[in-house]
Amino acid sequence: MDAQTDRRPAVIVDDVHVEYRVLATGKRPTAADTGRNMLQRSRSRTTRTVHALKGVSFTAYENDSIGIIGTNGSGKSTLMRAIVGLTPVSRGTIYASSRPSLLGVGAALIRDLSGERNVVLGGLALGMSQREIEERYDEIVDFSGIRDFIELPMRTYSSGMTARLKFAIATAQTHEILIVDEALAVGDQKFRQRSESRIREIRDNAGTVFLVSHSMRSIRDTCNRVVWIEKGTLMMDGPTEDVVSAYEEAQAK
Amino acid sequence: MTVADEAAQYGLHRVGGRPPLGQYLAEVWQRREFVFSLSKFRLEAEFSANRIGMGWILLRPILNAAIYGLIFGVLLQTRRNVDSFIAFLVVGVMLFEFFQACFTAGAKSITSNQALVQSLSFPRLALPLALVLQKLMQFLPTLSIVLIVAVANGSRPSLTWLLLIPLIALFAVFNTGLTFITARLTVHFRDLTQLLPFLSRMFFYTSGIFFSIEQRFSDHPTALKIVDWQPIHEVLTLGRAIVLDGPQYQIPTEYWAYLSIWAFGLLALGTIFFWSAEERYGRTD
Repeated sequence: MDAQTDRRPAVIVDDVHVEYRVLATGKRPTAADTGRNMLQRSRSRTTRTVHALKGVSFTAYENDSIGIIGTNGSGKSTLMRAIVGLTPVSRGTIYASSRPSLLGVGAALIRDLSGERNVVLGGLALGMSQREIEERYDEIVDFSGIRDFIELPMRTYSSGMTARLKFAIATAQTHEILIVDEALAVGDQKFRQRSESRIREIRDNAGTVFLVSHSMRSIRDTCNRVVWIEKGTLMMDGPTEDVVSAYEEAQAK
Repeated sequence: MTVADEAAQYGLHRVGGRPPLGQYLAEVWQRREFVFSLSKFRLEAEFSANRIGMGWILLRPILNAAIYGLIFGVLLQTRRNVDSFIAFLVVGVMLFEFFQACFTAGAKSITSNQALVQSLSFPRLALPLALVLQKLMQFLPTLSIVLIVAVANGSRPSLTWLLLIPLIALFAVFNTGLTFITARLTVHFRDLTQLLPFLSRMFFYTSGIFFSIEQRFSDHPTALKIVDWQPIHEVLTLGRAIVLDGPQYQIPTEYWAYLSIWAFGLLALGTIFFWSAEERYGRTD
């Protein structure tokens, strides 16, 4: 802690717990569930509590680029959604210097409309103003590399083209705290390199980047620090090489 | 030093949590360009796949009016005792369409946008708001049919027609408030989406669209008193009185007051009701 006091913290995650209560509806009815019991059953339909995060704490600093790793269902995405404020925490607190944004503009886009329209809509959804979007329009389209198809409806795009457009829109805005969840897995080699350098650029502009990925290569190429989460608890937090090696060792077992 | 102190020292804020109402509404206002584009683009997308595209905005209510006219007016003879039945019916159908569109689609404005709600942070009020705006943009062109039918029916265009502007505004405010309420309720009780079409149909039959409530219940003063407070009936009555001429179509001045109470009361109630569950909308359970 002492070694880092000269750096400004951007995000503090303090003993965060997230619990979901889910209605377990998939259960098969048993012989006892007939007649009158049906009513009782529906009232007591078992709510299962899923403890997705069990007391995670760490501090992210400016110019940090933090890789978040862990096996499927370990709680990585829940943690990221909690940091953005989309998932309310059950216990603990998260502090941030500015509102963190999740690189996930996809849900705002409309497949039946042209790429051009979607650049505008996606930008607005992220909180940019109409003027900012106009100023950056060319930059976004050039970065996505689909200028020839920008007037076509998005439903005609290949999945790689769609992913490139989404990434270009989402990173057009200057983020202080950016969360990238598995966005780099798509696209070809060239695009992957360009997007990784975009992330480094954001980090170098005093930003803080969280990168959730299963690709250890992406993590090694872009992150200076890695947080490893397993079953909702923090396993390890440290320099990229140390944590990734430990993780790979655990996976190989 | 506690974590909270350290956070305060570096000027960090707590993430999540519902902002106070005033700040919340300010955030919604900041997002007005998003609300406007979302409604405009969605409307565009809705019709883009059709051959005659936006033509359906006009064609759909015309076909609706034609069917109701044939079934109720001609076969069931509800046109008796109603002056200029066709114009009466067309005004009723067009206005009701706006309410119905907001009522049924608006209730799903959060639940059908779950992916958007879970991936981007913006005040959720933007979604029902965009929905009402989309339906309003869809509704406004159909007013031209209303005016054409009114002229064909012998009404002379007059300055009174300008009263349509405050009427539509009040109607839109009413629908907005109602949509805020149904949008939140649907998040808690999905079953509501099954129930709403029935409620909507109930409004359809009790608002006096294809028959005149005043004629039908002329000897039931209590029924007439109740119907004075039925908001959709108020809108239809005012709309008809504004564009149609004749002794049956005098503007009931008190309806302006009643409708304003409904509209602004529901807007205030709906806004607070929707806002107080702001943190709930992103949850998946």
